[in-house]
Amino acid sequence: MPTLPTSMVPLLNPILARLMAGVLALLVIGTIVGVVLARRATSETAKATVANLNARIRAWWVMVVVFAIAVATGGVGSIILFAAMSFLALREFMTLTPTSRADHGVLFWAFFIFAPIQYVLVWMQWYGLFAILIPVYAFVTIPGRMALAGDTTRFLERAATVQWALLACVYCVSYAPALLMLVVPDYAGGRTGLLFYLVLIAQLNDVLQYTFGKLIGKRPIAPTVSPNKTWEGFIGGTVVTVAIGTALWWATPFTPLVAAVMSLVITIMGFAGGLTMSAIKRDRGVKDYGTLIEGHGGVLDRVDSLLFAAPVYFHLIRFFYVP
Amino acid sequence: MIERALARLARVIAGASVRFTVPLEPPERQRAYFGNHTSHLDFILIWSALPAEARVRTRPVAGADYWMRGRVRRYLATRVFHAVLIDRGGHGALTGHAREESSSRHVRDDTVVPSQVRDDARGAMRTIEAISRAMGDGTSIIVFPEGTRSPDGTLLPFRSGLYHLCQLKPELELVPVYLDNMTRILPKGEVLPVPLLSRVTFGAPLRMEMGEAKRAFNDRMRDALLALREQ
Repeated sequence: MPTLPTSMVPLLNPILARLMAGVLALLVIGTIVGVVLARRATSETAKATVANLNARIRAWWVMVVVFAIAVATGGVGSIILFAAMSFLALREFMTLTPTSRADHGVLFWAFFIFAPIQYVLVWMQWYGLFAILIPVYAFVTIPGRMALAGDTTRFLERAATVQWALLACVYCVSYAPALLMLVVPDYAGGRTGLLFYLVLIAQLNDVLQYTFGKLIGKRPIAPTVSPNKTWEGFIGGTVVTVAIGTALWWATPFTPLVAAVMSLVITIMGFAGGLTMSAIKRDRGVKDYGTLIEGHGGVLDRVDSLLFAAPVYFHLIRFFYVP
Repeated sequence: MIERALARLARVIAGASVRFTVPLEPPERQRAYFGNHTSHLDFILIWSALPAEARVRTRPVAGADYWMRGRVRRYLATRVFHAVLIDRGGHGALTGHAREESSSRHVRDDTVVPSQVRDDARGAMRTIEAISRAMGDGTSIIVFPEGTRSPDGTLLPFRSGLYHLCQLKPELELVPVYLDNMTRILPKGEVLPVPLLSRVTFGAPLRMEMGEAKRAFNDRMRDALLALREQ
């Protein structure tokens, strides 16, 4: 395991400090706007929308503090945070999708063997095994174990469900803390800087697409999947997010042009991830356990924009920036 | 201390969200909470979902054959949950919480129910009497009227224990509690739980009606439990 450079200590890292200050400023502005809107709202629907907005802003405060602590503790904190999110996301995902009584053993493996090992590999910075544990070893053992269990009803569907759950909730999510493995020469932001940039752009994109959608959204992109995702929201959110992402090029190892491309990749992947998870929810939502998630507030809803963005972002940086 | 920690742990493992369709008022009232039974975690989950004032007055009714085996289980059953343990096997004495030993030692049949295997109606009645005594004036109980865990989550026919208990205690409030998804978390025959999300739904309290027949009573209770699943 390589020794950590001093730039891993993010509290001493001016780039992270400035990004953090920017996020806090945004949250303060958001909170003030929320208060003003709450005073001005008159109609019932407006009140409900503003209440929802303020609930989201409050949730953001909590999430930002948790994320800041995780990043400030360097590698380990982020790894624990994302491991916990993977676990909760996997739990929500598997609750939502039907499995058979015979799958109990396989589910146990997914939760207590593959998911923990994946994060131990991130912590060990063992890239070689990290990259193949789930696509190779989980992929072959899950159907093998299921076949041994003997239940052949909807076999492919059940095996694919567990494989997909592990890929999405564990493998993809683990790419975010895996960014700590990447050492980009002459980049002052340290490895947590890459992670911070990814999470910031992906979540900003979520917020902006939601905001533009609420303000000017008319034409839904995929009405059968998610009526809230509109062309206006998508384009407005993407344009502003890419503008902010480009303006933050100094916090990344990228040139302004590359920063623009990277932000665009993150926003498009974020949108695709969110839409895909919505499709799964829509499909399962009408079935028995759809309501089970509601009271719990989904972790999966929060990380869905990272699912596709994290691995692509990781491999782009690894390919182009890591010698 | 241990109780509170265990209650929390059970809810974390089972990812339980708890719903009360009507508030349990007053919480300390004597009741029988009856639920659908699919896993060994069931009574712990119902117990942990109860408000604290109700929880301290509530004892699960459980099978001695399972809970007296092994030190940890015995400790949990007798010292932590203060379970009313019922000997379902027919051999060996029924052992309950230390306080209750004398009153329930001689009971020897299935819990809430006359065993269908051995039609020992008198033994069953003695079990019900023992439970009734254990309840006294203030203790609530958690029971599973199916008498055994359902292997696939479908609700099995109710046995008659709850009915006989209500004949002894006609004023007893009966609260249906539906447990969702527990059969996937720890199905019958498995040892290790998978941490999926579950839901505990408490229904409105019911009572035995004057002169109600066993069949009608059981159907009514079963329907009340099933109705919670649909919500």
